[in-house]
Amino acid sequence: MHEMSLAEGIRQIVEDAGRSQGFGKVKIVVLEIGELSSVEPESLRFCFDVVMKDSIADGAQLQIDPVPGSGWCMQCAETVPISALYDPCPKCGSYQVQATSGTEMRVKELEIE
Amino acid sequence: MCNVCGCGTGETRIDGEAVDHEQEHEHVLADGTVHRHSHGPAGQKWAPVAAGHAHSHGPEGEHVHEDMDGSLHYGHGPAGAHAPGMSQAQMVKIEQNILAKNDGFAERNRSWLAERGILALNLVSSPGSGKTTLLVRTIEALKRRVPVAVVEGDQQTSFDAERIRATGAPALQINTGKGCHLDAHMVGRALEKLAPSDNSVLLIENVGNLVCPAAFDLGEAAKVVVLSVTEGEDKPLKYPDMFAAASLMLVNKIDLLPYLNFPVDKAIEYALRVNPKLQVIQVSATTGAGFHEWLGWIDARLAEAVAARTR
Ligand SMILES: Nc1nc2c(ncn2[C@@H]2O[C@H](COP(=O)(O)OP(=O)(O)O)[C@@H](O)[C@H]2O)c(=O)[nH]1
Ligand SMILES: [Mg+2]
Ligand SMILES: [Zn+2]
Repeated sequence: MHEMSLAEGIRQIVEDAGRSQGFGKVKIVVLEIGELSSVEPESLRFCFDVVMKDSIADGAQLQIDPVPGSGWCMQCAETVPISALYDPCPKCGSYQVQATSGTEMRVKELEIE
Repeated sequence: MCNVCGCGTGETRIDGEAVDHEQEHEHVLADGTVHRHSHGPAGQKWAPVAAGHAHSHGPEGEHVHEDMDGSLHYGHGPAGAHAPGMSQAQMVKIEQNILAKNDGFAERNRSWLAERGILALNLVSSPGSGKTTLLVRTIEALKRRVPVAVVEGDQQTSFDAERIRATGAPALQINTGKGCHLDAHMVGRALEKLAPSDNSVLLIENVGNLVCPAAFDLGEAAKVVVLSVTEGEDKPLKYPDMFAAASLMLVNKIDLLPYLNFPVDKAIEYALRVNPKLQVIQVSATTGAGFHEWLGWIDARLAEAVAARTR
């Protein structure tokens, strides 16, 4: 995916928060990344280190909290676990599964100095 | 570059000019400060701080102090909750979507377009699927009865915008530099410059890329994904996000089908597996096959946009 753009989005959010809340150094950036979001964590880590240079989170640790994927199967009429978007329902094999969680890409919190 | 929203990359060019930020706007920050500066407002949306939320570094049950400025400090728990000498982490809740900024600009574009009854379509595909050729033919067919304007996205060159201008339609080229997709802020700036007329059609040709443009809402009414029969029929499965985000798939270059082994039915089946609501039209941008149906689809969507016009 566009990990570089995501890293830039993270930098903006972190810099905005530092400016509005008056802190100057971030030690840990905690993200929530859904399993269905098609984000490559390794690629995001690489971009993160590059993009955060000379920001208040230069050298910060990146913590990625994964959010498991689940969806609503219309056939089974229940919530089922899925590990990729557009995977069939693990119970009935139907493709009519609407993702209900696991697509998030959020900056959750920051540990600051 | 704008420091608050970080929006200018310094590389994006609209019709050859670096994107500037002449339009003043304001950000309301979490502490209530209003920050005024140039270019369009995303409207910072800071999620309300959820006090008492257990976070991932500290022990359960610790309590949270909320400062006047909205920052949270964890770890000042009851005596003995932490090992002596351990420095206590100071956590700040953010709870913000990474693409929230883009989504804010996209909503602004969407209401700008809705006010004017403009139907905006975001055309996405791999490079070479025939987007520009399709646009040229579509404009030729539409231009006598409805005004059409075009936003062209490419990493480099303004060749495509020149191809569009040759039809007489106004076109604005956005060069994204190393960026692999258009974003809503670029399109917002382009709208101001292009000033499309009321009750018209705005066609946006995105950068040739089936991955990144899926995640960036531009404020369009619909994404139209173009899959040409010279590509693999399994593209919808390889790039599912794009086919899931689209409302319509145009299967292009069907004039070439007699010379190829492209299983059209399989391609459509895969696309529908990813997005059961996807509409599909088979076209040829060179012969005009299928254009009756495609133009009919545009007319129906335009009628909706005009009827829903909010100004
Ligand atoms: N045979 C055939 N060629 C097409 C068709 N549509 C586009 N092309 C050709 O495909 C190539 C790429 O088209 P272009 O419109 O530049 O693709 P874009 O990169 O998606 O904008 C050009 O050589 C076009 O002439 C079509 O329907 N049939
Ligand atoms: Mg093109
Ligand atoms: Zn099921």
